[in-house]
Amino acid sequence: MAEGQGKTLRDVAIGESATVRRLTGEGAVKRHIMDMGITKGTEVFVRKVAPLGDPIEVTVRGYELSLRKSEAGNILVA
Amino acid sequence: MERNSRTAREPPGGTERERQNMGIRIALAGNPNCGKTTMFNDLTGASQYVGNWPGVTVEKKEGTYAHALDVTITDLPGVYSLSPYSPEEIVTRDYLLGDAAAAGGKGSGRPDAVINLVDATNLERNLYLTTQILDLGLPVVVALNMMDLVEKNGDKIDVAKLSARLGCPVVETSALKGRGMDELLKTAIDAAKKGTPTASDLRFTSEVEEALGRVIDVLGTRVTPNVARWYAIKLLEGEQKTIDKLGLPAGDLSAVASIREALENSQDDDAESIVTGERYDAIGDVVSETVKKSLKGATTTQKIDRVVTNRWLGIPIFIVIMTLVYYISVSTVGTLFTDWANDGVFGDGWLYTGTEQYDEAVGVWEENVAAAEEAGASESELALLAEEEPDPAEFGVYIQGLTPVATEALESIGTAPWLISLIVDGIIAGVGAVLGFVPQMIVLFLLLSILEACGYLARVAFIMDRIFRKFGLSGKSFIPMLIASGCGVPAVMATKTIENEKDRRMTIMTTTMIPCGAKLPIIALVFGAIAGGDAGTTWWIAPVFYFLGVIAIIVSGIMLRKTKMFAGEATPFIMELPQYHIPAVKNVLMATWERVKSFIVKAGTIIFLSTIVIWFLMNFGFYEGAFGLLDTEMEGYIQYSLMAGLGNALAWVFAPLGFGNWESTVTSITGLVAKENVVATVGILTSLGDAGEADPSMWMAFGALMGGSVPAIMAFCAFNLLCAPCFAAIGTIRRQMASAKWTWFAIGYMTVFAWAVGLMIYQFGMLLSGGEFSVWTAVAVVVLVGMLFQLFRPLPEYKDKGGAPQAEAEQGVA
Repeated sequence: MAEGQGKTLRDVAIGESATVRRLTGEGAVKRHIMDMGITKGTEVFVRKVAPLGDPIEVTVRGYELSLRKSEAGNILVA
Repeated sequence: MERNSRTAREPPGGTERERQNMGIRIALAGNPNCGKTTMFNDLTGASQYVGNWPGVTVEKKEGTYAHALDVTITDLPGVYSLSPYSPEEIVTRDYLLGDAAAAGGKGSGRPDAVINLVDATNLERNLYLTTQILDLGLPVVVALNMMDLVEKNGDKIDVAKLSARLGCPVVETSALKGRGMDELLKTAIDAAKKGTPTASDLRFTSEVEEALGRVIDVLGTRVTPNVARWYAIKLLEGEQKTIDKLGLPAGDLSAVASIREALENSQDDDAESIVTGERYDAIGDVVSETVKKSLKGATTTQKIDRVVTNRWLGIPIFIVIMTLVYYISVSTVGTLFTDWANDGVFGDGWLYTGTEQYDEAVGVWEENVAAAEEAGASESELALLAEEEPDPAEFGVYIQGLTPVATEALESIGTAPWLISLIVDGIIAGVGAVLGFVPQMIVLFLLLSILEACGYLARVAFIMDRIFRKFGLSGKSFIPMLIASGCGVPAVMATKTIENEKDRRMTIMTTTMIPCGAKLPIIALVFGAIAGGDAGTTWWIAPVFYFLGVIAIIVSGIMLRKTKMFAGEATPFIMELPQYHIPAVKNVLMATWERVKSFIVKAGTIIFLSTIVIWFLMNFGFYEGAFGLLDTEMEGYIQYSLMAGLGNALAWVFAPLGFGNWESTVTSITGLVAKENVVATVGILTSLGDAGEADPSMWMAFGALMGGSVPAIMAFCAFNLLCAPCFAAIGTIRRQMASAKWTWFAIGYMTVFAWAVGLMIYQFGMLLSGGEFSVWTAVAVVVLVGMLFQLFRPLPEYKDKGGAPQAEAEQGVA
């Protein structure tokens, strides 16, 4: 797998940004991620990780969103 | 921005125009945390009705506009989208589409206008819901809320342009400061009267618009033109709920499918993603045209979160805040007031001053009585001593409680003893059981409302999620469970703050398994009966039962998650961390009042009725061949009561748990009124009166009741801790579940689970202490294997996943 090909939001280091390429998965969870503004081409900034190591907090479209690492793994980024 | 303030000066109501607005219905829609509750409280004042949407635990609020009573405002649940997934989303869209019948209500049609409340500090995400509402073909007014914060940040919004792009009136408001409210309502009423649907010029890219056009052609006249765009988009997305609802012929469906496929192939994405992306892209254009942001560094919220959800400080801060909540609501202020109400209003009375001297005098008097008894004093001497009992009124300011006052008053007018007993022991005690919790509830809900309104509860979920999601609960389940160690009633009410319905139900079902304050005397009694006061070697008994509670919750969470009722994908944790706000006093007070009121009314009814039934069973029975009120002063009166009969009838159920006699059964039943009754009932049954759980003679008697078997005592304790909670908690569960079926399921599960745990403790305990392997031991092994299977098997696949839990929930309550 080429560099960046399978990179997901989960792999983005804290304090860095990434652009959403595509969402994998299906159904309610995928729809909810999109409804919250994580769509193709959106820039997402990974702000921090929770004290127990999961979930993470990201800034997207000017607000703070938290999601689990497993859910972040469904967001392919560049 | 000044443009809009002119019209607000007009008298807000009572004019002739207003009186013609016969029955206008306005819906209030918006994202969570956008100030909707504040606005609703502002608009409707005290004229609110709070209930539940039919069949779901989602709250429904309605009220009339404070300045025009014929305008009804419905506060829809806060949602981010009109997707058909969460109960909140379904309720909102069904209401807006006029599908109230689908939600179980009477088909009252669509609202006349929608006020879409938008957080102006976060336009981009908030307008996403707006674009969907605009598709619904209703008159829409956008309320640009929190404008004061926008101005404070130095940002600028071109309201006129925004209004032109959205194709609907836009009114600037600040619900917190009460700004723009009257103008907003006036605009909405005008829009409702005109009834012209909003015509937005927000469009997708031409390729998607063309595809939509073709779907609209397929739809033809089956939907009215003003909702054609909504249905076309849903069909293009391939949304099953809409497909089912429209019931299109197969030919049309395949026509739509081919339009969808062509679009998906050309854009290399699925239709749902394409439409969502298009919406956000269109919003991006609007926002860049209308909003000028002043560039600034970190926001206040980000600065606070640097500390509050910090990797190292997050948990210590969390512990400090939770400890404070617990101490204030459960151990100090709350209990102080609840004890005040229970002992005073519904007990014997209060002694405000001189309590020390009084206690001392009582101590001396009791010693004298004991000494006299030991010395073999005659009955007349004892009677004389009894009259010397210190009167609290002589020691300070003393006010009698309701119980003695009522008893005296009823006696003085010659009321029949059974009626006095019904009123004092049945009704006053029943009402007291309800109202006694109110002070504690007020304190707890003040604190919770403040934590919720300021935005900290979302952080609690963020911090605790990792632990709780492992056994199918939400990070927010922590708060109810903490409160439950004090009292299960406010704990069940506290589940209100959990957004996800599955998590909420699961938390309600498990939270009362934590030993509450009233269960401590049971543990103390068991501790005494087993240890016989030898604390050195049996100190572990009390902690064991707390662990039992925690383990029961974990085991139940994992097992229930794999049942059909709770199955489905793990609850996602994609949650906004809202900006911190200083909570509005009015909101906090109204939220507190609402919850307390609904507890009194909904839970109170059940508690009250159950208490009277139990009173009847305890006080009536057959004595010497005649049915009637029993003399409670009589030694062992209880064996003649109806309750004893019930105990006898049910005792066989508990035989495999080691306590299959009617006395233990009756004890467990009276525990339903209040768990502390278990000890009191043991006192009555063993004729030790109110000796209490710390009295060695009580330990002996209780041990004897259990046949002196340690496994039986442990099983009895486990059963009473885990089974159906007291009536107060059951009533609260009924209120929170908003469904009789779910309530029975919860109570049934708890009781069966408690029985299974008791069975295993007794049977394996007996086996370990050298007992024989009986049929029931085999049953216990089967139960254990069954539990282990349910715990460790993989999540089963249920047909029709995805939408399944929703459908299940809907059917479940129909």
